[in-house]
Amino acid sequence: MKKRSLVSIDDLSTDEIIRLLDMATEFEKEPIQNLLEGKVVSTLFFEPSTRTRLSFESAISRLGGKIIGFTDASSSSVTKGESLNDTIRTVNNYCDLIVMRHPIEGSARYASEIATVPVVNAGDGANQHPTQTMLDLYSIRKTQGKLENLNIFLVGDLKYGRTVHSLLMAMARWNATFNFIAPEDLKMPEEYKMYLKNLGLKYYEHTDFTDIVSEADIIYMTRVQKERFSDPMDYEKVKNVYVLRNSMLKKTKPTMRILHPLPRVNEIHTDVDSNPKAYYFEQALNGVFTRQAILAFLLGIKK
Amino acid sequence: MKEPKQLSVSAIENGTVIDHIPANNLFKVIQILGLDHIDNQITFGTNLESKRLGKKAIIKIADIFFEEQDINRIALVAPDAKLNIIKGYEVVEKAVVEVPDEIVGIAKCVNPKCITNFESVTTRFRVVDKKPVSLKCHYCEKITDQEHLSII
Repeated sequence: MKKRSLVSIDDLSTDEIIRLLDMATEFEKEPIQNLLEGKVVSTLFFEPSTRTRLSFESAISRLGGKIIGFTDASSSSVTKGESLNDTIRTVNNYCDLIVMRHPIEGSARYASEIATVPVVNAGDGANQHPTQTMLDLYSIRKTQGKLENLNIFLVGDLKYGRTVHSLLMAMARWNATFNFIAPEDLKMPEEYKMYLKNLGLKYYEHTDFTDIVSEADIIYMTRVQKERFSDPMDYEKVKNVYVLRNSMLKKTKPTMRILHPLPRVNEIHTDVDSNPKAYYFEQALNGVFTRQAILAFLLGIKK
Repeated sequence: MKEPKQLSVSAIENGTVIDHIPANNLFKVIQILGLDHIDNQITFGTNLESKRLGKKAIIKIADIFFEEQDINRIALVAPDAKLNIIKGYEVVEKAVVEVPDEIVGIAKCVNPKCITNFESVTTRFRVVDKKPVSLKCHYCEKITDQEHLSII
C-alpha cells in the first residue's frame, strides 16, 4: 500500500473529504472501537497546543492505540540542536504514524517526505492545519445538513488566520458565498479573493459588524490577536468592534450556527454561550471524531 | 612589419553556444549548468554590447549538448537566452529556453519562516506564472515573485 500523509487539505480529493466526513459520522455513533490496537502513534508537538493535542490523543485512545511523544520542544532533543530531519528519522522507527505540530512553515511536508510512516500535520506555523479544516467541514455539514450553496461569514483576523484561509479554499469546492468582516488592517488577502474570483464565486467585504449577519448560514468567528498589530493603538480601536453579542443574533436564521476554532478571548460575549446557535464547544468535540476518521483512513484500516 | 597580435575566440567544431545571457547573470548560468566542474573547453565573453539587453554575455561549450530540461533550468536567470547547436562548425539547430513547470534547487524561498531556510532541504517550486515568474513553494506554499526571486 502506498503511504498517505495529510499535510494540506488539498491533499484530499472532494470524494475523499466526503468519505472521511461519513466515517467521522460513524465514529460519532460508535466512538470506542479497537481499530488501532497494537499501533503506536507519535504526537510530536514542537510548540504547545491544548485542543489539537488533546483531541488527537483522545481520538487515538478511543481507538485503542498507544501514544508516545512530547508536548513542547523544550522536552525534546531539539534543545540539544537536533535537526527536524534527524528527529523524524528516529521517531519513524518507533511508531506507525506521526502527528506533528511545528512552528516552521513547510515542516510537515518535509517530514512527510522523510518518514516512511504517514504524517498528519497538526499545524505548521501559519501554513496549514488540515484536521481543523476537516472538523470545521464536519461541523458545517452536521448543522446545515449539507455543504452546498451556503452563506459563510468570516469575522475577525482574516489576514493571518490560517484557519479561515483553509476553510475558504475547502468551502469553495461546494459553491459557497462568502462575507468577510474584518478591520482594515486584517482584511482577507488579495490571493484568496482572486482564488474565489477565478472560480466565479461571490464574496462581499465589510468593515462593520452589523445585522448583515442575518443572511448567514454560518458565522465563523476568529480571535483578533494583539500581537498582529504594529501599533497598539490600532488594536485598542478594533478590539471591541468585532465582538459577537447575543442581541445581534435576533434576526439571524434559526438554522444559523456560530463556529470558532477556539481559544476565545472576548470576541464572542459569554451571553452567546447559552444560545442554541452557539456551536463552538460541540465543534471542538467533533474534532475527536474527524481525527479518528483521519487516523483510521491513513493507516489503511478503514477505506 | 609585424602582424598585429590578435586574440581570437575560435569557433567551436561541435557543441553549444548560449547567447543573450544578461551579463550580470553569467556566473549564475555557469553555476546552474555546472560548467565550473567539467573538463570541456569553454570560452565565455561578458559585458558585450547588446541592443536588447544592454550588456550581454555569451558562452561557448565544446562537445556538450544539453537536454531540454537541463537547459531550461537557466530560464530564471536568463529568460531570453538563445541556443545554437553546432555540429561541424555549422549551426544545425537553434533553440530558446523556456521556464519549466517545476523549479528544483535553484531559487530560494522568500518566506523567512519556510523550512527550506532552516534546514538543508532542496527547494522545490511549482511555477504558477511564467511571465513575470511566480513560484509557489512546495513546502510552505507561499509565493515567491520575480521581484523577490533570488538564486541559491
